[in-house]
Amino acid sequence: MPSASRLRRKVAIVGAAETELGVLPDRSMIQLHAEAARLALADAGLTEDDVDGIATAGTTPADISEYLHISPRWVDGTAVGGGSFLMHVGHAAAAIEAGYCDTALVTHGESGRSRVGMPPGDAGPSSIQGQFEHPFGGWGPPSMFSIPQVRHMHHFGSTEEQFAAVAVATRRWATLNPRAMMRDPISVEDVLNSRLIAWPLRLFNCCLVTDGGGALVLVSEERAHDFPKPPVWLLGRGEATAHRSITFMDDMTEWTPAKQTGASAFAMAGLDHADIRHLMLYDAFTHVPVYALEALGFVEPGEGAPYFAEMHTAPGGELPVNTNGGGLSYTHTGMYGMFAIMESVTQLRGEAGERQLPNLELSMTHAPAGMFSGTSTLILGNL
Amino acid sequence: MAYDKPLPEPTPETQEFWDGLKRHELRIQRCLDCDRFYFFPRPFCPHAGCRSGNVQWETVSGRAKLHTYVISHRGFGGFADDAPYVIAVVELDEGPRMMTNLVEVEPTPEALPVDMPLEIVYDDVTDEVTLAKFRPARG
Repeated sequence: MPSASRLRRKVAIVGAAETELGVLPDRSMIQLHAEAARLALADAGLTEDDVDGIATAGTTPADISEYLHISPRWVDGTAVGGGSFLMHVGHAAAAIEAGYCDTALVTHGESGRSRVGMPPGDAGPSSIQGQFEHPFGGWGPPSMFSIPQVRHMHHFGSTEEQFAAVAVATRRWATLNPRAMMRDPISVEDVLNSRLIAWPLRLFNCCLVTDGGGALVLVSEERAHDFPKPPVWLLGRGEATAHRSITFMDDMTEWTPAKQTGASAFAMAGLDHADIRHLMLYDAFTHVPVYALEALGFVEPGEGAPYFAEMHTAPGGELPVNTNGGGLSYTHTGMYGMFAIMESVTQLRGEAGERQLPNLELSMTHAPAGMFSGTSTLILGNL
Repeated sequence: MAYDKPLPEPTPETQEFWDGLKRHELRIQRCLDCDRFYFFPRPFCPHAGCRSGNVQWETVSGRAKLHTYVISHRGFGGFADDAPYVIAVVELDEGPRMMTNLVEVEPTPEALPVDMPLEIVYDDVTDEVTLAKFRPARG
């Protein structure tokens, strides 16, 4: 059976850019996609005319083709939530190696805050969620993504104080990032004193809600050095989907699919945990990176929350996590995964300014599909 | 006042579940080959290693344990006046889990220990739809 490791270091990210972020009521969702695409192409010294592959989520490849007025010969509309873009990177690598396209563009744009030009959201009343979840008053991720946390607290003894510390550690990184929306230091007490949203979540356990976009340009190894910026290589990837509705998450105490995608990414890259000292762990809420850290195997099950509380992931810690300030303090448009990848790229390019990790060669990015519904893992490197 | 919260729209494979609730019976499916119950309704056993199509509807006890929950301090639409309210996932004594609201209990962590025993309450929210809700077990 063919092994994914033959795709290791065969494809590189050579263009990467974000739009302005924050509150952008003057821009539609599709406009943010296009703006990010054009910025990422410019970063690579390219234009739309060079693109022959498109992957996107939140809208469709057809919408992007129309808006950019191009006709790609490879498309991927995998849309399984905030981590879709990580999957797109893995798919693009296979497509480029297969010869399906030469220059793949992955776009994200979302008017998550201002809701300009956004498609309608929820599944209808005859869907599984419409029948078996919506009648009970869930109102989106803060009330649903949070459902498993109480079981984790019961099973492992993890505490509200420890989950609060995730926000504190992440904010410390944001103080070093001039583009972060929230930059004032906070304490565990500040988090615990913020208003209740859906216990055990309080306001500061929750990510920001913003507008913005980001995009990536990928090409093959043969062309990877022909661009203005040094290549950032795809070394490993893994992806999985499981349930759609949080009710049907088999084990509420662990992120089961993440165990597979982490192991797959490590196997493809030929690397192990000890090689990784920069992690981007999608943090829609403070418990989400805790589940990820445990499932990816950086700590034992149940040790994730204490690990964050001991500030090992904060500036100066042994395992920097979410160095841009994360969804909690940097930005969160709704499908944050693009920004997690972007920070891995920024760090590997050595462009992270005051928060730059010295001599960094590898970065792991992890994001959910939906609400613990699945997961995707990337390992990127610059050598 | 008319009921103003989201209502389910049954599909062919779920109709028996909703018809059962309307009769105040909790009806779920059991696999006749591996002898396990499952939920949500579908015409085959979802358990790994089984996957049988030999399944049947049965009426179950309505007893459950509190598996996990949130206490929502915000509500939208018809739920605006309900906050704080409990959105829970309960584990039926027969095994499967389902989402519900907990009723007849204080919406505080102190009143809601994980694994507390629960029993079903049939909430006839409209003439057509009955929802399965749960309260602390009484006996």
